[in-house]
Amino acid sequence: MYPEDLLYTKSHEWVKVEDDRAIVGVTSYAQDQLVEVVFVELPEEGKEVKAGDAVATLESVKAVADVYAPVSGKIIEVNKQLENQPELVNQDPYGEGWIFVIEIAGEEELHTLMKVSDYQSLIENELKP
Amino acid sequence: MEELRKTPLNHIHKKLGAKMIPFAGWEMPLLYETISSEHQKVRTQAGIFDLTHMGELKIYGKGCELELAKLTTNDPTKLSPGKIQYSLLCLPSGGIIDDILVYRLEDGFLLVVNAANTAKDYEWIKSHLREPVKVENLTDSLALIAIQGPDSEKIMVNIEPAVSELKYYNFLETKIQNFRAILSRTGYTGEDGFEIYIPWDEAPKTWELLGEAAKIAGLSLAPVGLGARDTLRLEMKYPLYGNDIDETTTPLEANLEWVVKFNHSFIGRDALFEQKASGVKKRLVGFVALDRGIPRQGYPIFYQEKKVGVVTSGTLSPSLKKNIGMGYVPPALEKPGTVIELLIREKKVRAEITAGPFVPPRIKK
Repeated sequence: MYPEDLLYTKSHEWVKVEDDRAIVGVTSYAQDQLVEVVFVELPEEGKEVKAGDAVATLESVKAVADVYAPVSGKIIEVNKQLENQPELVNQDPYGEGWIFVIEIAGEEELHTLMKVSDYQSLIENELKP
Repeated sequence: MEELRKTPLNHIHKKLGAKMIPFAGWEMPLLYETISSEHQKVRTQAGIFDLTHMGELKIYGKGCELELAKLTTNDPTKLSPGKIQYSLLCLPSGGIIDDILVYRLEDGFLLVVNAANTAKDYEWIKSHLREPVKVENLTDSLALIAIQGPDSEKIMVNIEPAVSELKYYNFLETKIQNFRAILSRTGYTGEDGFEIYIPWDEAPKTWELLGEAAKIAGLSLAPVGLGARDTLRLEMKYPLYGNDIDETTTPLEANLEWVVKFNHSFIGRDALFEQKASGVKKRLVGFVALDRGIPRQGYPIFYQEKKVGVVTSGTLSPSLKKNIGMGYVPPALEKPGTVIELLIREKKVRAEITAGPFVPPRIKK
């Protein structure tokens, strides 16, 4: 459920680092909690963001959730396919359901992100009754 | 936290892979596949719902007609056995305690009430009934299964052929195999369909029989969760208790005057009569969003930079692929075509007030 080659945030984003680019989406846990995503509001390309900024919005049948920038940098690409197919966030959260790409401003922020084992224990704690 | 109650169909939902959620103290299926696919199933074929969480209260005893009439805005003395009425329980202030269905039995009435209100309604009714009229809470002994959608009749005739003669808001008492059942032509989706009341323990058997009845008819019957139940009712602009109506709203404000019969005496009548004369200050309307964004309960409504009301329900309509909602606005703004603004997370989204249901109902009259 949680690929090993990704980094994770407490707010349930995943990050795939490719050189100086960070591809960002939400985890399978997040999409499952949201139930059915019906609308995705994407950021503008070129926008400078800081780690922790609310950058995109996922509207589901049940709730609204913000997607936060895991690292600071410039939004260089957004997944326009989600405008017509928001359900990709549910169907393929780590693949076609990616949301945006950030050009990473500084590598040091990557150390604040979680490895898969830490993220898994976070989820286990959230799922405890 | 109190433990969630389980319906007799709980294990079936889990076996079907339903996503379960707490709802009014019960563990209920939110969805089995997706809300939109289940919604479409009901609009085009047929769906089956577990509604066992709904409350059932029986009122009986000599003089029960007049005793019940004191409590409901609609007039139950007009009902003959086999007929059903949509009705309301109101406070002396005119605020709505609950919206209910009233079934006229041979020996009394069966009231079907909202799950979240069952205990409250029971206490309210009990405290107002005079001997020898009694109220009994049957919620723990009755299960309720609904089948909704254009194929419902073709499926149901394989259970009880007489349903083909059954009219909207009518019911019949029958036997399914060896147990008693009430079948009514009612629902909360705007489609043709039936609601089936059976003894608690017979619910799994009934669920299975309905599946077989669909197979015999060569039709598909999909399980539908509470998620699609909400989008289906919202497309019809049917109010939901706790969202669109509650003790702070009156039937006149909620466009439910059609179930208020002023020519009989009931709790709340005087306040409502006065409100009818002086006019309401807010009115429940439906609207379609013109910009992107889904309206949700609690979002403020603006008109010319002034906050004028609040959203009570909203969703992406699976049939229309548009964002729809309901909310209260001053009566001066209730005219269809009026453009209001919804504040959706700091962004103003324009919405146009519309008349009537968002999607035309196809109930069988």
